[in-house]
Amino acid sequence: MNGLLSPGKYFADGNFASAEGAIMAGCRFFAGYPITPSSEVLERMSRRLPEIGGHFIEMEDEIGSMAAIVGASNAGLKSMTATSGPGFSLMQENLGLGIVTETPTVVLDEMRAGPSTGIPTRVGQGDVMQARWGSHGDYAPITYAPNSVQESFDLAIEAFNAAEMYRQPVIIATDQVIGHLSESLVVKPPEEYTIVQRLIRKKREEDSKVFSFSDDFIPMFIPGTGFKGNVDSLTHDERGYPSNEASVEKEMLEHLIGKIKKNEDKIIKYEEYEIEDAEVVIVAYGITSRAAKHAVKLARKDGRKVGLFRPITLWPFPEAKIRNLGERIRLFIVPEINYGQYSHPVREYGCRETREIHFPPGEIPDYKIILKNIEEVFP
Amino acid sequence: MPTSIPKQELMMSGHAACAGCGAVLAMRYVLKALGEKTVVSVPASCWAVIPGNYPAEVLKVPMVYTPFAATGASISGIREGLDIEGKEDYNVVGFAGDGGTADIGLQALSAAMERGHNVFYIMYDNEAYMNTGIQRSGSTPFGAWTTTTPIGKDRTFKKEKKKVVADIMMAQGVPYVATASVAFPEDLIRKVKNAKEIKGPKFIQILSPCPPGWYHNSEDTIKVSRLAVETRVFPLYEYMNGKFNLYKTNKFVPVEEYLKIQGRFAHLKEDEIKEIQNFVNERWEILLKKEGN
Repeated sequence: MNGLLSPGKYFADGNFASAEGAIMAGCRFFAGYPITPSSEVLERMSRRLPEIGGHFIEMEDEIGSMAAIVGASNAGLKSMTATSGPGFSLMQENLGLGIVTETPTVVLDEMRAGPSTGIPTRVGQGDVMQARWGSHGDYAPITYAPNSVQESFDLAIEAFNAAEMYRQPVIIATDQVIGHLSESLVVKPPEEYTIVQRLIRKKREEDSKVFSFSDDFIPMFIPGTGFKGNVDSLTHDERGYPSNEASVEKEMLEHLIGKIKKNEDKIIKYEEYEIEDAEVVIVAYGITSRAAKHAVKLARKDGRKVGLFRPITLWPFPEAKIRNLGERIRLFIVPEINYGQYSHPVREYGCRETREIHFPPGEIPDYKIILKNIEEVFP
Repeated sequence: MPTSIPKQELMMSGHAACAGCGAVLAMRYVLKALGEKTVVSVPASCWAVIPGNYPAEVLKVPMVYTPFAATGASISGIREGLDIEGKEDYNVVGFAGDGGTADIGLQALSAAMERGHNVFYIMYDNEAYMNTGIQRSGSTPFGAWTTTTPIGKDRTFKKEKKKVVADIMMAQGVPYVATASVAFPEDLIRKVKNAKEIKGPKFIQILSPCPPGWYHNSEDTIKVSRLAVETRVFPLYEYMNGKFNLYKTNKFVPVEEYLKIQGRFAHLKEDEIKEIQNFVNERWEILLKKEGN
């Protein structure tokens, strides 16, 4: 049937799910470069895309990969790449290009231990700030952090939808364990998924503002359909033409950041667990959230009022939610497989004491360490 | 006849490479030719993991690791740094795979060669990204299976011809360019020693069979290497002081002899093998003409 994954129950890993979710979302172009632990996404795409009329290119490096998916998207295809830390670093300039040219595309960053080459085959969560701030200049990224194989599939679709709606590169910051973890995956019939198709500019009016700053959802023009437009990485006005004026920079940035800020309520996703009466809240994402949830369950058995807040979108930051929690609880605990990254905005917006747990990249977080931290803060 | 291969071992046992790894032999012979006053710079590649974990002490020379894209730039910096320190007698060697040379590293390589640093760049060519699991590279030959040129019902085996980086280096006017094979160690060592005589950039491409990636038996590494040369799939040449020398094989050996002992070519049909034979013949003629000029 139509080349999409048949509905049903699968025993699959996160890399399989990410690739198939992307295809379900309509991804028909993939450009990538081999890198552990995400190479299986590349390999699967190399086989699957030709089967369904899509196109796969193995690029010469990650700079090329990111540039090619921005290019293919401008040519009208839903596009994607997959990488890990070192490759994600190389993609940053072209990621900024996608932001400023308002080009929808999806970047899967499967976090491994860093910095530099680190431990290619082992887990890390050290790219979450890079996902927020990695490219130079100001922007408001959208970043998803799946914590299961099912979410790897579902959020791949969600990421494509967000990319197409808000017209910018969307990041999926998954991790090596989720990528290589095998568990059950339920795939629904294609018609049960909401798939956002991009708005295409049909007719060019005189003096058309193809990069209108007054609307959040603006149609794209596609080369070869009668437009002679300018897709510019320079600061540009609503017509797409470059400008040296700070006033134009201001208008452009306020549009680029504003379109995300104004729609935060629609974009932000999170999971809450045992949060209602919690005095202490653990904020955890990705594979770490699974260890954290287990620790919360055990602590609850002993009557400790602890809950879990799991951001499913890391960015935009769930600012209002964390602020509200901060007003009524006495402590945040932020376990991460890094030396304290997501703990910073939690502390900043939560305005509450925040305890960090630093899991060294290289192994799956031990729930016992999280549990011990919970016990320490309940005298 | 006594061998001309130096006895000194600068690459020891205990390495983490697969059985029959051609890249290990390449390193071993290069170091034998250069001696202990050598610094090696290695990017992401099989050789990034082959030295193994402590207490394995595989390389008797210092190794400076570099990002995937940066071998050419890294050896430029090491060279100039050592020169300032008065260590001009040290050999600086970039030792990178085909992905790190033909693809992501080509820009840094070409720039380093153009600037003219006194460095060696050794490309150990195993014709795919073997360290990440056999994905195609620009140096993968036409017809090969890899994990990103899979043999499904669409038979999307690699349809593009191999990018021969040594040819590019010659076109760029690099003072010393050679191709070498682990099946011909005396020739390989002689070439490295010839290169050493030149103060400037040197480039040597060594075909390095990979048993798990090429799907051949690990005891056949030398056999496969020798057949690559005898079938003219991988011609051996040396370009020095503007003079080009091609190693002429004695008799015609059809490419099929080389292809049929490797699983990565097992899917090829008769006309595809013929196509490969044509590529090989055409390139051989071009190289012969080059020698004549």
